[in-house]
This record gives sequence, C-alpha cells and structure tokens, in this order.
Amino acid sequence: MLWVEIGISVVKIALVLFVVLTLVAYLSYAERRISAFIQDRLGPNRVGPFGLLQPIADGLKFIFKEDIIPEGANKPFYILAPAFSLVTAIIALAVIPIGYGFNTTFFGNLNEPIHVSLQIADINAGLLYVLAITSLGVYGIVLGGWSSNSKYSLLGGIRSAAQMISYELSLGLSIIGVIAIAGSLRLYDIIDAQAKVWFLIPQCLGFLVFMVSSFAETNRLPFDLPEAEPELVAGYHTEYSSMKFAMFYMAEYTNMITASALAVCLFLGGWFPLPFGGWFGIDIEKYWYLPPIVFIAKVFLMLFFFIWVRWTLPRFRYDQLMRLGWKVLFPLAVLNLIVTSAIIVFV
Amino acid sequence: METIIFYVFAATSVIGSLVLVSHKNPVASALSLVLTLFSTAVLFILLLAHFIALIQVLVYAGAIMVLFLFTVMFLNLRDESLRFDAVKVPVKLGILSLLLLISGYFIFIGFKKIPPLNTMVISHPEPFGTVEGVGEVLFSDYLLPFELTSVLIVVAILGVVVIAKRRFD
Amino acid sequence: MTVTIEHYLVLSAILFIIGAYGVIVRKNLIIVLMSLELMLNASNLAFVAFSNVLGDLTGHIFVIMSITVAAAEVAVGLAFVVTIYTHHETLNIDVLRMLKG
Repeated sequence: MLWVEIGISVVKIALVLFVVLTLVAYLSYAERRISAFIQDRLGPNRVGPFGLLQPIADGLKFIFKEDIIPEGANKPFYILAPAFSLVTAIIALAVIPIGYGFNTTFFGNLNEPIHVSLQIADINAGLLYVLAITSLGVYGIVLGGWSSNSKYSLLGGIRSAAQMISYELSLGLSIIGVIAIAGSLRLYDIIDAQAKVWFLIPQCLGFLVFMVSSFAETNRLPFDLPEAEPELVAGYHTEYSSMKFAMFYMAEYTNMITASALAVCLFLGGWFPLPFGGWFGIDIEKYWYLPPIVFIAKVFLMLFFFIWVRWTLPRFRYDQLMRLGWKVLFPLAVLNLIVTSAIIVFV
Repeated sequence: METIIFYVFAATSVIGSLVLVSHKNPVASALSLVLTLFSTAVLFILLLAHFIALIQVLVYAGAIMVLFLFTVMFLNLRDESLRFDAVKVPVKLGILSLLLLISGYFIFIGFKKIPPLNTMVISHPEPFGTVEGVGEVLFSDYLLPFELTSVLIVVAILGVVVIAKRRFD
Repeated sequence: MTVTIEHYLVLSAILFIIGAYGVIVRKNLIIVLMSLELMLNASNLAFVAFSNVLGDLTGHIFVIMSITVAAAEVAVGLAFVVTIYTHHETLNIDVLRMLKG
C-alpha cells in the first residue's frame, strides 16, 4: 500500500510539473496575443495555426542561444540565482488543492479503494507554507541582481528586496481575515468553508488589498519596478541570456499562477461555481471531475486578469509604490482585520 | 528515513554556519545563514514543531535575512571586508578550542542532570506543534508575554525611525 | 541507529559554538550580527527539542518570543550599521572604538 501511495505522489508531482511548465509556456503566448489585441495589433500568428506553436519555437531558440556570463560576475551566485527563483516558484504550488479527490481501485487491481486527493501535500498549515516559500523567491531576484556586477541589475535587486518585504506585510494581514472566518490554515478547509458564500463578499476589502499586494509580490505591472524597462534596461535580469533568462521568466509566470490559485482558494470560492449555494445538490462523489474544472477555469480567468491589468495600467513611481504599500494598503489591511475580528467576536 | 533526514540536514546546517563565519564575502555569509536556518526548519518539522518551522522560514529566512542582504547590497560591501579580518590563525584556533571546552563541559554536566536522556523523538497527538496547539497555549497561559512583545516591536520601530532620521553633521 | 534528543542538543551546541566563534573572531559588524542570529537559532533548536521530550508547548512559545526579539534586534542593529557606514565608511569593529575613554 505504501508503494502505491508513493507512486501516486510521484505521478501527481510529474503531472503538476508538466501542466505548470506547459501553462507557463502558453501564458507567454497568451500575454503576447492579448497585449496585441489590446493594442490593436495581431501578435505572433505565424508558427502553426494562430501561432499556437510559438512557445515551442521560443523554447528551442532559448536553448540554442549563447549563454553569456558577464565579466566580473560572481559566477556561482550568477548561476544559482535563476534556478533558485524557479524552484521556489514551483514548489509553492504543492499544497494547492484543486478538488475533493476520488476513490479508485485502479481498475480492480487493488483490493480496497484508495483515496486520491487532488493536491500533492495536504499540510496542516498550507497557507503559511505558500507564504513562506513565496517569501523565499526574493532571493533569486536579489542574488541575480547582485551577482551580475551591473548597476542596473543591482538597482533592480535592491528595489525588489524593498518592495517584496513591504508588500508581504499587507499581503499577510489581508489574509488573516479569511483565516479568522474559516478557522483553519488548511487550504482545503478554507475552500470548504466557502460553500455557503464566497469570502469575496464578506472580505471585499481584504480581497482588494490581497490583489494589489500580489501584483507587487509577483513583480507585475503596475508594480514591475525591479525590471522597469525605461529606467533599468531590464532590471535584475539585464545581464542574463539564454536558458537562465528563460528561467527567470518562467519563475515570474509560475508566481503568477500561484498568486491566481491562491486568490481563487482564499476569496473566489475555490471549486464552488457560483458565489452562493455550493453545489446545488450535484453529487460530487460521482462527478468528482467537476471541481477541478471549475477551479482551473477560475485560475485561467485570474491569469487573464493579470495580463489585462499589465497592458492597461501605467507603472508607478518608486516613492508612490512605497507610499501606497505603507500608508494605504497596510492601514486598510489592519482596518479589515479589526472589523472582521470584531464582527466574529461580537455577532 | 528520519535518521537520514536528520543527518543530511544537520550536516547542511553545520556546513552553512561554518561558511557563515569563515567566508570573506558578506553575501555568501548571508546566504549560508539562510541555508542553516532552512535546514533548522526541517529539523523543527522532525521534532513535530510544524508551526515554528513555517514561522522560521517565513520570518527568519523570508524577512530578516532579506533585510541583511538588502543592507549588504545597499552599502555595496564587496569583498573589501576581507582586508581587515586580521585575527591570526593560532588565536582563532585557541578561541575555538576554548569554546569547545566550555560547551563540552556544560554538555557533559547537563546530560547527567537532565532526566530524559536518550529519549527518542516522540510523536505526540495531533494538536501538538500545529497552529491550533501553539495558538491555544500562546493566547491563554502566555498572553501577557505575547502582548509585551508588541511593546518591544513598537520600541524597535521607534528606535529605527529615530536612528534613521538623525543626521550626524 | 535512531535519532535521540541528545543528537539535537549536540547539534544545537555545535551551532552555538560556531556562532560564538563568529561573534568573537570576525571583524565585520554585519557578520557579527549574523553570527548572533546563528546563536539565537541554535538555542531555538534546543528549546524545540526539549519541548518535544517534555510534551510541553512552552518551548515553542519561547521560540516565538526569541524570533520576535531577533527581528526587533536586527531592525535596530541594521539601522545602526547603515548609519555607522555612512558616517565612518567602515564596518570594522576595531576601528569603531569612539566610546573608548
């Protein structure tokens, strides 16, 4: 039985890796197509039907490009940085549940049915795990910026360190309201607590703070100061080329997926299709594939939202960014926390 | 299985701390400290302190060490620090052996006095070490110390603001 | 060969010694601060190990307190480091001896 469980875990890990990396590749395609649509252009449409093979062409090109290590760079750290970025981005996804799971005997090969949950690891404090691992992601960026031995990279790295520490506070505080209502840090329990009503409705202020902070945490526009093109060339990955550059990009998109999945888990009701009413009496045991479909559809919508915002809003100035984080979002998150806990205690 | 995990992460934490105290480059020192803190977090999980382990990664590795790294990069301390590391090797060895001797003495004395010698790592029932268990103790028996830490943090914030605002000229 | 609490305590002692060695020997103020963190971390390990043996969560509370104190200490310490560096342009603790009478 133990071997079966280990086998299932390995298959799940492989599946998640494959799906996430494919998704990352197609997110870059989606970003280019959607930005083209928003700017009234066509975007990549030559490779394959509708340009759908473009990510494969890009990947091949990345592999065959020359891998440059700049002179004066700190070589071990320079090589380590993108790998660190990508690894922390991917392992954060391990605790995200996408459905209830199902019982199976593997076509009669097992004597008794075994339960297959739709997440890799069911950790008691799963939410804290995601926060902890994503907070490690900043090292990749900071290291990349520092070890490149370039002014632009260093500035990008420093900015990113300051930005991520600042916004992690409001991110964490905005989540506590959700934890207080759900009464658990297990993502599974948090989603299950949203059967009656999504947390988006009682926690709309928390959701706002969470979304803004996660845009800052993923270094996306309007908060992409660490890689602001007009001022810093490309920020922390200015000196990077070839596959290392690609790894930074993959880390960014994986972080986007994590942030979207987390938003869906915490505020958008996870696998419940509508804001009210749970499953309307559908037999979930039988149709176990429905929750993952709903969950993934929501994640896709969130990803689209991320891309949409990027091509709609202009970039903040650095002092504006810091002011927004400390003087607006942080007090709002505290206010949300106080109001939520007061309601829970007194009502 | 647990034995292997213990030895692997004990070794990485010791290696990390050795690099921390011996490397010339402050950034390398900071990163090796992150390695040590992370391996200690894994050991905390082996000791069933799940909440502490996650807090360790979140606060220590995720915030405190980033602050260190930020300062090193902000001051742009490259390898210039190696020039003034002038303690001689015999002196270093002397200090190290003295420390070893003292702590060996205390370990020896301590192990004789503490009753649960040779105890294996016990597996406690579920709320032990989880958010629920720690939270319950923290907000009942240790409520006052917990509240007092907030005073400490306020004092630290005020101190930092005062230090940062002051101009020396 | 199973892992006992002694193993954790010895590891904690080793880390503590290395940290103390760093505090005494190194001349760079930032490294000294980091070694201090290492010593705190080693004591945390001992706390958690004892907590496991005694089946008592008090050790965990101590660790939470010590992490809080470490965070406060680092914030103040690094503020000092930045001010000292901008003022004296060195972090060598042998040079920084203005308090000496």
